[in-house]
Amino acid sequence: MSDVVGYRRPYFNTQPSYLYPGYRSTIKRAPTRPLVLLPHTLSETTGPVFGVDDVGPADHDLTAGHPGQPLGERIVVSGRLLDENARPVPGALIEMWQANAAGRYAHAIDDHDAPLDPNFTGCGRVLTDADGNYRFLTIKPGAYPWRNHYNAWRPAHIHFSLFGVGLVQRLVTQMYFPGDPLLAYDPMYNSVPDDMARRRLIADFDWERTIPDIALAYRFDIVLRGRDETPMATKRS
Amino acid sequence: MSLLTTPSQTVGPYLKIGFTALAVDAIAPAGAAGEHLTIEGRVVDGDGKPVNDAVLEIWQADAGGKYVHAEDANASRSGKFRGFGRILTDAAGAFRFTTVKPGAVPGLNGTMQAPHLVVTVFMRGLLKHLLTRIYFPDDPGNAGDPVLLLVPADRRATLVAKRSPAKATLQWNLVLQGENETVFFDF
Repeated sequence: MSDVVGYRRPYFNTQPSYLYPGYRSTIKRAPTRPLVLLPHTLSETTGPVFGVDDVGPADHDLTAGHPGQPLGERIVVSGRLLDENARPVPGALIEMWQANAAGRYAHAIDDHDAPLDPNFTGCGRVLTDADGNYRFLTIKPGAYPWRNHYNAWRPAHIHFSLFGVGLVQRLVTQMYFPGDPLLAYDPMYNSVPDDMARRRLIADFDWERTIPDIALAYRFDIVLRGRDETPMATKRS
Repeated sequence: MSLLTTPSQTVGPYLKIGFTALAVDAIAPAGAAGEHLTIEGRVVDGDGKPVNDAVLEIWQADAGGKYVHAEDANASRSGKFRGFGRILTDAAGAFRFTTVKPGAVPGLNGTMQAPHLVVTVFMRGLLKHLLTRIYFPDDPGNAGDPVLLLVPADRRATLVAKRSPAKATLQWNLVLQGENETVFFDF
């Protein structure tokens, strides 16, 4: 059988390192032995395929499914899923989860002294359409304190989990909001060394997708790893 | 056009909210062909403490060595076996799942890879996920597996499950740091 075409390695400084002591939990969880460089085989260029049976028709709407409306500012979060070669990734599964408007997660271990919202669970799922587009309707999550260091606060964020075509495209990330003063103080956000790469984690305010009288909107395009082009006569220096 | 991959960020401590809906601890349906197995173990951190907030995602071929994916030219789609598992660790850092032993799958340059599971690991404290593999004890293909051969010989055992004589299960632990630190791949 012919060899598979692998995916490009991440560009210098555009991904965080495993060990980032400013985020304390990395200290006892980051690998300490050298990683083994893995060539991409069929085991890495294939990956799980999801479909309409995995996603409910209302799973994109986090404001629905409860007796009443959740508290907070309703927002549309939408964008495109692309690869590094700027090709859309259609039919891809996107999962997301977040805190409520008061900065509290509907999770047993979240003991932040802020109210739970009986009308908000905070998780959603969608499949991208044929052009890689996705769209969620939710509420803007609140900032919340955490125990990483004295007076530590997480900037408002939404967790995203993405499955591409191949397993090595798998990505979990967080979307932040423009103009948030807490970003400057956040070790997770600042764990990405490259400034331009880091800023790609911040959504754009998206006037065109606002819903009059209903919701404001943010745009968050997500890029997964791209495939090496089939080896051709490329110039080498 | 050349875009750059979005940076990875940790799943954080509240990943169960997002990951529970598609959790799968029975990877192969009851009727799937092949040797049915239970694999169990624990995830421990650099202090040897159990990690109670980890997620392992498993990706594997079926018993015939075919991935249920368009890029596996040899794959036949039965529709019943997806080859994907997602297992959340419990309060003791333990995990357990059932599956069938995959067949050997093609490697690079005409080689074959011994049966293996690809394991993707997410947890609080990992700014990007880890990738490792589980191989099967006593499989004759292990000795010549092109990926195991990339691993320093004294660390290969961390990638091979152990047969538990007392129980009809395979044991495999994920050790994040220390003497028996699991081998992780730069992928």
